[in-house]
Amino acid sequence: MNSVIRIILQRLALGLLTLFVVSIVIFTAVNLLPGDFAQAILGQGATPDAVEAIRRDLGLDQPPITRYFQWLGAALQGDLGNSFAQANFASFVGADSGVRTTVAQQIAPRFENTMFLAAVTAAIAVPVSLVLGILAALFRNSVFDRATNITTLTSISSPEFFLAYVLILFLAVLNPMLPSLSNIFEGMSFGERLERTLLPALTLTLVVTAHMMRMTRAAIINLLASPYIEMARLKGMSPMRVIVKHALPNALAPIINVIALNLAYLITGVVVVEVVFVYPGIGQLFVDSVKIRDIPVVQACCLIFAAAYILLNLLADILSILSNPRLRHPK
Amino acid sequence: MSALVEIRDLWIEGRSDEVWSPIINGASLTLNKGEVLGLIGESGAGKSTLGLAAMGFTRDGVRISKGSVMFDGIDLIAASAAKKRDLLGKRIAYVAQSAAASFNPAHKLIDQHTEGPVQHGVMSRAESMKDGIELYRRLRLPNPDQIGFRYPHQVSGGQLQRAMTAMAMSCRPDLIIFDEPTTALDVTTQIEVLASIRDIVEQFDTAAIYITHDLAVVAQMADRIKVLLKGDEVEEADTRTMLAHPKEEYTKSLWAVRAFERPQKPAVHTSATPVVSVQNVSAAYGKIPVLHNVSFDIHEGRTVAVVGESGSGKSTTARCITGLLPPTHGVIEFDGKALPANYKSRSKDQLRQAQMIYQMADTALNPRTTIGDIIGRPVQFYMGLTGKQKRRRVEELLDEIELPAAQYIDRLPSELSGGQKQRIGIARALAAEPKFIICDEVTSALDQLVAEGILKLLARLQDDLKLSYMFITHDLATVKAIADEVVVMKDGEVVEQGPKQDMFVPPHHPYTDLLLSSVPEMDPDWLTNLLNERGVDNIGDAAVDKMS
Amino acid sequence: MSTLPTLALILLGIAAGGWVLRFAGQKATGNAPTFRDMPFAVAFGYVLGASLVVFSVWYFFQPTITDAGVPNAGVVFFRWAVQFFLLSAVAAYLFRALGRMIGTRGSKKLFRQMPLTASFGLLIVILYALTAIFAAWLAPYGQEAVFAKVNVLPGGNPATGGDPLHPLGTDQIGRDLLSRLIYGAQNTVGIAFITTCLAFFLGGTLGFLAATLQGWLDQILSRAVDVLMAIPSLIFALLLMTIASAWAGSERWLLTVYMILIIAVIDSTRVFRLARAVGLNIVVMDYIEAAKLRGEGLGYLIFKEILPNATAPLLAEFGLRFCFVFLTIASLSFLGVGIQPPLADWGTMVRDSAQFINFAAFSPLTAALPLLAAGAIALLTVGVNFVVDWMLHRSSGLKE
Repeated sequence: MNSVIRIILQRLALGLLTLFVVSIVIFTAVNLLPGDFAQAILGQGATPDAVEAIRRDLGLDQPPITRYFQWLGAALQGDLGNSFAQANFASFVGADSGVRTTVAQQIAPRFENTMFLAAVTAAIAVPVSLVLGILAALFRNSVFDRATNITTLTSISSPEFFLAYVLILFLAVLNPMLPSLSNIFEGMSFGERLERTLLPALTLTLVVTAHMMRMTRAAIINLLASPYIEMARLKGMSPMRVIVKHALPNALAPIINVIALNLAYLITGVVVVEVVFVYPGIGQLFVDSVKIRDIPVVQACCLIFAAAYILLNLLADILSILSNPRLRHPK
Repeated sequence: MSALVEIRDLWIEGRSDEVWSPIINGASLTLNKGEVLGLIGESGAGKSTLGLAAMGFTRDGVRISKGSVMFDGIDLIAASAAKKRDLLGKRIAYVAQSAAASFNPAHKLIDQHTEGPVQHGVMSRAESMKDGIELYRRLRLPNPDQIGFRYPHQVSGGQLQRAMTAMAMSCRPDLIIFDEPTTALDVTTQIEVLASIRDIVEQFDTAAIYITHDLAVVAQMADRIKVLLKGDEVEEADTRTMLAHPKEEYTKSLWAVRAFERPQKPAVHTSATPVVSVQNVSAAYGKIPVLHNVSFDIHEGRTVAVVGESGSGKSTTARCITGLLPPTHGVIEFDGKALPANYKSRSKDQLRQAQMIYQMADTALNPRTTIGDIIGRPVQFYMGLTGKQKRRRVEELLDEIELPAAQYIDRLPSELSGGQKQRIGIARALAAEPKFIICDEVTSALDQLVAEGILKLLARLQDDLKLSYMFITHDLATVKAIADEVVVMKDGEVVEQGPKQDMFVPPHHPYTDLLLSSVPEMDPDWLTNLLNERGVDNIGDAAVDKMS
Repeated sequence: MSTLPTLALILLGIAAGGWVLRFAGQKATGNAPTFRDMPFAVAFGYVLGASLVVFSVWYFFQPTITDAGVPNAGVVFFRWAVQFFLLSAVAAYLFRALGRMIGTRGSKKLFRQMPLTASFGLLIVILYALTAIFAAWLAPYGQEAVFAKVNVLPGGNPATGGDPLHPLGTDQIGRDLLSRLIYGAQNTVGIAFITTCLAFFLGGTLGFLAATLQGWLDQILSRAVDVLMAIPSLIFALLLMTIASAWAGSERWLLTVYMILIIAVIDSTRVFRLARAVGLNIVVMDYIEAAKLRGEGLGYLIFKEILPNATAPLLAEFGLRFCFVFLTIASLSFLGVGIQPPLADWGTMVRDSAQFINFAAFSPLTAALPLLAAGAIALLTVGVNFVVDWMLHRSSGLKE
């Protein structure tokens, strides 16, 4: 067991290191902006006094390395800085009204919404894709297999907004079963919230299920050619037992990987879907901030997305190490 | 007495490139209870397909087109899938070629052992577990009480093969199909697996079909032998008759291969400068030492065979000589002058003088390059020939390796047979006009008849061109056939070296002795005699362990 | 909500149908293996499939206009979808038949083994390429031409607000939509193609170098790629686009150039991974060792020994990467930060016409507009994916 713990600790350390380096990359990228934030906020016509005020306020008069560690330190404590867009511009020219929106305040509820959307999608997509994947592997090369192959390939290939509009057309406009806009606010009942989340969740499900199902099928079929599967069949085991008892335990690692990858996609790739359905999630906030160049928000969103992505991949890595008997039971 | 298995006029086809092509053409066989039938043939003879068909099983992309397979009065071709599943594992069992790949890596050995009996309702799990441990003991597995609770990757190849035999025995079947069960093993390991398989089959009076390409092995195991060639039956007879009086030409030629042997050349003059001299070479992969103080000389026009089992360091020695793995200690001299340790620092001429021929011709030839270009490249690179001159030289070289130039020069490697590919590898080495060639297991991937052709070609080239060979092999028959001197290696050290005739005459180093005595011979009583002579504890891995 | 019980009842009926089918089959054929060994799930599947087909045919022949005179939009869309599907199948079939008749021996053999999906994909790719190349000849007007009539409805029928001069209508500032759709092929596909080529050049070169040389170069490049790949690509692209837009200022064409560079770099990390992996697989082959021992240089090793053996996986990857780049660009444009006006582009067209989807119940033709642009994107990626899927299937089949 010792070596497994060592490998896992190594992966954890590597994951943290990657996260650290990624934060540097994000920070550096933002610092490549021409001029500086102050100029960017106020535009060309600003008075030098105003620009100077912002500089001081944001600590821009300090060297980049100091700024980076200040930013990182604050971010670790949950303080992601102040949003430009929501900031009261008056505050910078002297008449501080005292009303500021921090990035954290802005992101928190939206992050929760995005997680809710991702959770609903995962709850539908993961079981459906596993069952479909196993069925397709069991009945490979049948009509069913070919039909699912074509369908899933089509849904993977389509841009999310195409799937979204097709679903809106059929489930919201022509047959008004679900709302086409996901108007979500605090204090909503769970059922109502679920109903309004369902259409974006279904869109994401279409994309993610196709992917996971194909990978599950491929992982199992890949194994079906191995000699120990032939051995199981030659021992007279039923096709279902061969798949569930002999193939599945060995296919776990790739399946876990693909699930984690798709969950990571759910948290990060929701951007387009959130925009289509005007879903108040972090993705939509991100796109809006990109358009108005609200740098602290963009930076913070980026960091959150990257962290989620890295953590999920790390989790997948560790789980697949644990699922490997060679590593669990060394010689 | 009615037969246990009765196959009549069986035709089997396999699908490749969307067309069905024949694999087995009207084979028939009869197997009685308690009898062992040896199925023998070269690769592509269809022996595995026929063996599996005797279980009523075909692989994906393979179908039975005609004929009947009867097992104890049950028609296996007409039987329902459920009916067949009921027979498989319970009354008919299978032992696969690679036990390491055929055990499920996710489950313990004993769990895989008990699966059959429990699922078929033959025994309870507890009973089957107890029985499994008993079978492990009978198959002389070390630690029979605990070994079942390990995962496959924690157990060695030879032990796994015996554990798989135990698993096949778990339901006490009437018939076991052994599909090349010892092919992947070293000779010293093979012998103890053979001994235990033979023992247990006799003890339970199980009928068996033993599939192999090795005549000497089948001679020990089978009561009757059937020879197959490209899906056709050649002949069938009981073992002794078959060995003593083969009827068909093909069978006779198989038997004759073993007789090829070059005469020993006279000893070299002691003052002669060797072409290659390996002096006190030690090497390591990273921090793990793999070679210890290896020294030997190779003289002009001579073949030095480096013999040893897997992991003995013979290929590593070759990597040191070619400069791919610079030694940590010691030097390689060529014509009396030390070679730079790393191939990157060697001159073009130094590189040219030492060439290499590889074991797997498939990976040694670039699949996207025509034969003409493969051989032409060294001609152009070293000799500077281009255009017509280059083509003429390539044609000469193809002539040299006995392939019609006009027919082969524009082909791709995939359009050639295994033996032809190996010949191209030889031609590529010759194109550099070297003095010295390393042959790394060049015949071990080939069928016996083809391998013999390659050996004869190499021998002729040596005589014509005064070449020196370093011949890496694990096969003692090959050593006998081609070597002048022999170097025996074990665990990265040279245990014994000397002229060939001395090696095959006692006294030897105990390891050489074990190695020599483990090679099966064509005598059906060989294994029995050996066991009587040495005892079961003095063969195989057990004996190797005793030595170190 | 009575849909759930109804659905359950239908499934139950199909289950019963499956059992009857199997039983009847066994009786009628005298227990032939097909029916004897048929699992229940398979019988269920057959009946389910048959029911769906029957329902589809019935639905297809429903009237397109209800008794009240309102268009039955569901049926209209369904008919379009089915007609498009059947047309595609016929076109793919004819294309394959054509390919089997003309061409070299090799290409004929290729078409003989080709499944219908792959020939459909190939046809789509060719059609798109032709449209992109000859856009200037095919389009009735220029992509920036502005007409007096704004917001003309599609259909070309003056009675319903259309104009025969503008079959697909015009947009809010009066540009011909058909022309913009055709030019969109040139811009969107062309830019995606250039970006992919760039990504391949960058990632491929570095990947093969890393595989061949190994050592510190490989270490540095691989770690750098690990870090870049740890940031989700669309997010990273959006972040960099924010910065690029500040750099570009009011020069909109410059932003498009930046976008190409940004996506190429982000995507080259994926190409690097693949090229390196493929390269490493080839580098361990004995023929590479033989070439090294012969004293061959790096150039010969990469171009003569490695590259020819890497073409099949690289070609497949090129298809997949192209789809990915194409979708990323379309998504960026859809979000408003991709290809910039006045260049016509499908992603932007979808965003601009998205609200028309709500008119589906009264005017299916108008609602089809955003779907047409989005479908144009989807169709090409589907086509490329079909071809790549077949290529991968073929190369994996050859290995066995």
